[in-house]
Amino acid sequence: MTISMSKLARGGSGAALLSAPLMAQAAWSQLNLPRGVTPYSETVYDLHMMILWICVIIGIVVFGAIFYSIHKFRKSKGAVAAQWHESTLVEFCWTAVPAIILVVMAVPATKALIMMEDVSNSAMTIKVTGYQWRWRYDYVNEGVGYYSTLAKPSDAARQLGSGIDPKTVENYLLEVDNELVVPVGQKIRFLTTAADVIHAWWVPALGWKRDAIPGYINESWALIKEPGVYRGQCAELCGKDHGFMPVVVRALPEAEYAAWLEKMKAAQAPATAAAADDVHGVTVAVAR
Amino acid sequence: MSEATAHHDAHHAHHAPTGIKRWLVTTNHKDIGTMYLVFSLIMFFIGGSMAMIIRLELFQPGLQWVDPQFFNSMTTMHALVMIFGAVMPAWTGFANWLIPMMIGAPDMALPRLNNWSFWILPFAFTLLLSTLFMPGGGPAGGWTMYPPLVLQLGDAFPFLIFAVHFMGASSIAGAINIIATVFNMRAPGMTLMKLPLFVWTWIITAFLLIASIPVLAGAVTMLLTDKFFGTSFFSAAGGGDPVLFQHIFWFFGHPEVYILILPAFGIASAIIPTFARKPLFGYSSMVYAAASIAFLSFIVWAHHMFTVGMPLAGELFFMYATVLIAVPTGVKVFNWTATMWQGSMTFETPMLFAIAFVVLFTIGGFSGLMLGMTPIDFQYHDTYFVVAHFHYVLVTGAVFALMAGAYFWLPKWTGHMYDEKLGKLHFWLSTISVNVLFFPQHFLGLAGMPRRIPDYSVQFADWNMVSSIGGFVFGASQILFVICVVKCVRGGKKATAQVWEGAHGLEWTLSSPPPYHSFSTPPAPATIEGGMR
Repeated sequence: MTISMSKLARGGSGAALLSAPLMAQAAWSQLNLPRGVTPYSETVYDLHMMILWICVIIGIVVFGAIFYSIHKFRKSKGAVAAQWHESTLVEFCWTAVPAIILVVMAVPATKALIMMEDVSNSAMTIKVTGYQWRWRYDYVNEGVGYYSTLAKPSDAARQLGSGIDPKTVENYLLEVDNELVVPVGQKIRFLTTAADVIHAWWVPALGWKRDAIPGYINESWALIKEPGVYRGQCAELCGKDHGFMPVVVRALPEAEYAAWLEKMKAAQAPATAAAADDVHGVTVAVAR
Repeated sequence: MSEATAHHDAHHAHHAPTGIKRWLVTTNHKDIGTMYLVFSLIMFFIGGSMAMIIRLELFQPGLQWVDPQFFNSMTTMHALVMIFGAVMPAWTGFANWLIPMMIGAPDMALPRLNNWSFWILPFAFTLLLSTLFMPGGGPAGGWTMYPPLVLQLGDAFPFLIFAVHFMGASSIAGAINIIATVFNMRAPGMTLMKLPLFVWTWIITAFLLIASIPVLAGAVTMLLTDKFFGTSFFSAAGGGDPVLFQHIFWFFGHPEVYILILPAFGIASAIIPTFARKPLFGYSSMVYAAASIAFLSFIVWAHHMFTVGMPLAGELFFMYATVLIAVPTGVKVFNWTATMWQGSMTFETPMLFAIAFVVLFTIGGFSGLMLGMTPIDFQYHDTYFVVAHFHYVLVTGAVFALMAGAYFWLPKWTGHMYDEKLGKLHFWLSTISVNVLFFPQHFLGLAGMPRRIPDYSVQFADWNMVSSIGGFVFGASQILFVICVVKCVRGGKKATAQVWEGAHGLEWTLSSPPPYHSFSTPPAPATIEGGMR
């Protein structure tokens, strides 16, 4: 027990328990889906809220009826049980009404799905390749590509019994060495694939995740409206370090992005041919 | 006392072996039912201990207790043990105990097969649990066993595959037995539309098992040949397809979900009318709803894998089919509510668990509806929102129904009343803590925490701590259940044959505990009519 207490204390939980009222503030601001920064993520958020409210209303009606019954129709209050057990009309209604509600929900959902699956007219393409346990980003037709790995401070702190309090590490587990840099205001097509096992590339602010599967190339798209840094993680169990391959997207205004790309091109020019060889068979075909 | 003596005499009249051999060679449906239930309770605690390790590691950010590989094997084994070791055998145990008594039969139709289907299980789980002590550790690729990841598993791999084969063989044998029993052993006058709903939901479950388990067996056999015999079913490099596995797995996996929950619907449909003292509302629509859910369960599998990148038409089909399940499920919830309406309710432990089942399972249904909408699933998928969803339907759904059923029939099985105070304490502690445990996981998932990770960003720290505290209390509360059961088996107030004032059905016409061969002569048709309401 003494060992476990010292372990707890080292992890800083003692302090966390004492500061419970403070942390509650942080927790209450994180109850819901983020609205995100793309047209698709906003559509998803609206759809999420619509269905959530429909569920809340149905829940109030159904649970209300249950709790009213519990309150009103109890034997201890002298309730005498009725013996009715059928009503074709009532049963028809509570089959038909939910079906109508489902149709109401399915219409905007269908529209959103059609929007998500339309990857046409994109301005640029980025190929995302999942590895155990890091990402590789290739700017298709630009000759720029690099790996993106968990940042060193996070990696040091996340080792078993490291003794480093994660709260002292900036963006713990959500920081990488090389961010994915993209322009705002442009429709970016993402191609996701993987080199070893299945991964999933996910940035909540973009509104979707997509599996990265060896032998498959999946298409998705995003149009980021605001400059900023958006963080996410691998979302498909991919082995030991599945929890330690974050995604960081830095969205820059178009001019800054162009300058960044030129700089990268210049830096990577001699290495381009080697980089292309590095990528596995299927993915090379796409890059060309 | 006279009932207990009669039971004892009946036992000896058949020269049944005693001691350990009684249990090894028994072909009696009650003995086998008891073994299933005890086995499942042991597995519930083994799987629960794994959950405690998971919640301990997630109590705060950073890795304090276990390394990531072991953490992954805990999440994987927790799921396998709970699904195949705890919930499925528990339902088979209930079926063994109850179906012959409910349909007016002396025993199951295939008693030797019954013995065998149980005794496969301890061997299956010895194989599975032994992997934890092997070089490279236990299975850590998730209970879904997706290739190529699962193929990276070390020595444990063939043990995992054969354990799954054994569990499947046991389930199929059990399902065949139940179908044979219900279709051949019903008492005269017990027509199909007079069957108690627990029997109905179990027949449907049995057909789901027979249709889906062989598909799983095929899938894991293909994994085995991919690993050891040079095939490339699921390897893109060899011309195969890793997504094919997911399609096959979930073609089994979604019916499996209803295998776990349909008998729970049957239990709720038995308990709620009893304690509302009012007939079940809409008996026939309950049967048709269960059958519709079973049919739909075969055409919705791909909603577990919307993010693999299916064609638009596929995504739309699976979305529509999935949300359609809300209609028959809604009918069931509305019918239970209508059964309580204008009833005369009392709130013994089984009723408390049954009402909690209806309310909390419905919450799991709501999140299921949200997850079924493909465009938003792209956000929810593989996050803690999904973890919250399936624990609401499986813990506060299936497990709560099991608890309700256990308290409901324990007096019938043992001949003694359980300790009502202890039962209620178990209920309230479980119900409060299970919500503290799982409700915040909705928030974590929506805020962006992926599932199956041993460590997380500090923004997720608060709700993880809350969830872990709920988990520890929920885990500890289940010890009360064991105490309650042991006390009840050992003694207590004698139970009458009727046990509950509002109980209807053939099992309540038998003594408590019932005779060794439930119905040696078929019940009179009038008894059957009297039992049906």
